[in-house]
Amino acid sequence: MTNYLEVRNLSKRFGDFSALGDVSLDVVEGEFVCFLGPSGCGKTTLLRAIAGLDPQTSGTIRQKGRDVSALPPAQRDFGIVFQSYALFPNLSVTDNVGYGLVSRRQNRAAILKRVTELLALVGLPDAGPKYPAQLSGGQQQRVALARALATSPGLLLLDEPLSALDARVRLRLRHEIKALQRTLGVTTIMVTHDQEEALTMADRIVVMNHGAIEQVGTPQEIYRRPATAFVADFVGSMNFLAGTLMAPDKVRVAGVDFDCPVQAGLAPGQKVSLCIRPEDVRVRDLPADIVNRVPVEVAELDFVGAFCRATLRAQAAADVALTADFSSNLIRDLGVDIGTKLDIALPPDRLRVFA
Amino acid sequence: MSLAVPGLRIGLSRDDLMMRAGVVLLAGLLLVMLGLPLWALLAKGFEDRDGKFVGLANYISYFSTPALFQSALNSLQVASITTAIVVPLAFLYAYALTRTVLPMRWLFQGISLIPIFAPSLLPGIALIYLFGTQGFFKALLGDGSIYGIDGIVIAQVFYCFPHATLILTTALATADARLYEAADVLGASKRRVFFTVTLPGAKYGLISAALVVFTLVMTDFGIAKVIGGNFNVLATDVYKKVIGQQDFSMGAVVGMVLLAPAALAFLVDRLVQRKQVALLTARAVPLVPRPKFARDLFFTLFCLLVSAAILAILGMAIWGSLIKYWPYNLSLTLDNYDFAKFDSNGWDSYWNSVRMALGAAVFGTVLMFTGAWLNEKTRGFGMMRGVVQFLAFLPMAVPGLVLGLGYIFFFNAPNNPLNFLYATMGILVVNTVAHFYTVGHLTATTALKQIDPEFEAVSASLKVPVWRTFTRVTAPICLPAILDIAIYLFVNAMTTVSSVIFLYAPDTKLASVAAVNIEEAGTTAAAAALCVVIVLTSAAVKAAHLIADRFLFARLQVWRRR
Repeated sequence: MTNYLEVRNLSKRFGDFSALGDVSLDVVEGEFVCFLGPSGCGKTTLLRAIAGLDPQTSGTIRQKGRDVSALPPAQRDFGIVFQSYALFPNLSVTDNVGYGLVSRRQNRAAILKRVTELLALVGLPDAGPKYPAQLSGGQQQRVALARALATSPGLLLLDEPLSALDARVRLRLRHEIKALQRTLGVTTIMVTHDQEEALTMADRIVVMNHGAIEQVGTPQEIYRRPATAFVADFVGSMNFLAGTLMAPDKVRVAGVDFDCPVQAGLAPGQKVSLCIRPEDVRVRDLPADIVNRVPVEVAELDFVGAFCRATLRAQAAADVALTADFSSNLIRDLGVDIGTKLDIALPPDRLRVFA
Repeated sequence: MSLAVPGLRIGLSRDDLMMRAGVVLLAGLLLVMLGLPLWALLAKGFEDRDGKFVGLANYISYFSTPALFQSALNSLQVASITTAIVVPLAFLYAYALTRTVLPMRWLFQGISLIPIFAPSLLPGIALIYLFGTQGFFKALLGDGSIYGIDGIVIAQVFYCFPHATLILTTALATADARLYEAADVLGASKRRVFFTVTLPGAKYGLISAALVVFTLVMTDFGIAKVIGGNFNVLATDVYKKVIGQQDFSMGAVVGMVLLAPAALAFLVDRLVQRKQVALLTARAVPLVPRPKFARDLFFTLFCLLVSAAILAILGMAIWGSLIKYWPYNLSLTLDNYDFAKFDSNGWDSYWNSVRMALGAAVFGTVLMFTGAWLNEKTRGFGMMRGVVQFLAFLPMAVPGLVLGLGYIFFFNAPNNPLNFLYATMGILVVNTVAHFYTVGHLTATTALKQIDPEFEAVSASLKVPVWRTFTRVTAPICLPAILDIAIYLFVNAMTTVSSVIFLYAPDTKLASVAAVNIEEAGTTAAAAALCVVIVLTSAAVKAAHLIADRFLFARLQVWRRR
């Protein structure tokens, strides 16, 4: 596997404000990478620097071995799709998709053939003669995608491409874009603030915060083994229990010691957060000798649809609360209701500890 | 751990270089069209008649000449009174247009715009017919006279009314219906709603309208010239100094004095506008007035009255132009339209006006739109773009007379290589475009800001040169704004008197200037006739624009339909 894109020590400052601080990143050829983070985290800034639209203050970018750091956008090799689609409203869909082909002096028949091919690829074979205003948002986004792919760029950049669409269309397009990317094998970078989008579409996710990269990893790695408290909190739901590290594999919360994975980087006596995802809390069939058992009382029960999110309070310490996801079956089988007392267990291999 | 990398210099593409060259060219052009003439004017004020530097001597002599200083006070007085009358009047009219159920709203709106199509001396001439020494209603004035401050104010009210109405209509049109619903639900009285919702919403429009009217009156020349009598104002002083006494230095000083209040009003307006935040968010619900008999009746009557006054003034000018010998022989004739009898240029001055207006519309629209695009879309290059932005806003603060005066000093200088332009049609076109640059530039900039900002990024990624996207996408999308600019330039070029009065040559005399000359020579009827021809021409062009907009461009722009 070769690195298609190498970003080194990239910084971007606006006056005193640092939008990107010393960011380094590799993207492998054919990979689908998502930049994920809250608004203002620098993900769009990084994407626009890679495109050359808003050049970095310092640092280098190499694309396919070529140093493109100082090149204007027109001399770089990429296709781009914006959240606003940026379709030319006065040109037909055919002319939009063929826009970049016309200037390459191909003959009209060849252009038309390529446009037809692309429109079929994005599932809009009959849209050619229409104008953008006559298409739905999802259709416009597909045309924008076809236009970006028309010149067969080596790198596809997607800047929040799905944010302007309604939920149902968004779900469908997620799969379509991912499938298309897999078929074409084009190296793709997508910016999004939607963690679910990143988790379902990306080969690798780059989680960003305050202009820096927090973690790079596959969706499973990001979700299962968040590297920082920020990632743990931003991706998925997470319980944060305030405690103290007693031994490398023991955290004390409200006077009770919990077993946890060995913490190499933290010193005993340090204040830490003990973290567990709501769906990892065990309730059923607890063996008698199970570790990290806690007797709790159900304080609140929020119906979410497929499951219920329960707020549980420790019977021994009412100010310690955590949320857990209970399936409808479990609620029925155990007769859980507000005020119900039951025992839960926090499986050590599912616990994360952050300073 | 980061290495100290020196600030990166990004390479420039061919597009970038081309656009930067365009911005530099534009800045140079605007400098020649505006900056240098104004500089020449400023310098002239410090010279004596022979061109020797005399420091502040001219200014000292100006302020110590009571007659001249009195003109400044007169100008301020007329401007203040006119503003105090026009703004409330225009507010009520705009309120009627936007907040009440008015029968034939489009007609009332159209009538309110009529004065825009007329040269400013038209209301002056009409008032002479009505109340002049031989006026129809002279008796109503008793011992008073229409020549002087009263006549100026009435004519100025007519002339400034559409400008204030346009601004206030825009201000009142952008209202959020939900604010009114909320006030209703909270049980606020009508009075309270007006003072807490309506008026604050129109606050910036009111300030803007007042400043625009004030500046218009301060700097207008035609009205005071025609009906001012012995009541001198700054604008007529400049004219007298320069044309009458050939005292260019003193003319420059009066010009600078005239510039001060206009520039001040402009600065205040900019400051106020900056404070304004968008009242109408994307989610606001537009207010649709519901019928209410008493209110609608009152405002319909009010609009009828105002419209009747406007039409009476226009009608009087038309009638006067058709009458054989006022007031003794009221039979109708077209003799007054045989301009050759009154002015050696005859109808030529009219055709000069049309040629000049067409030239200004074409040259100005191309320059303003391309210029606004370059300044909006050029990557980086902040300093130079700032210079262009400043120069583009400058004309708003500069009265036409002052700019025209600057043109004499700059282009007529023997050592200026552009001297060949002097006394040609070219300098009239350039001067007119410069005089009205700001509004065109703003219209273009607003239109450009409304389209997707990423078109250029998309073109770059598709390796399409930026000029192709400009001609194939950006300009076609902005066609309505481009036409607006062209019509605006045409109409203003037809009606303007102030800046071109110093710049015409015998063979390039314009209709509006000829009207001033003919009126000066005492043939009011022919001057009225020339004004009527100008009104008809500019109104016809505007009407053609509206019709074309409705039928032709709707077909050209199918893509706008959903």
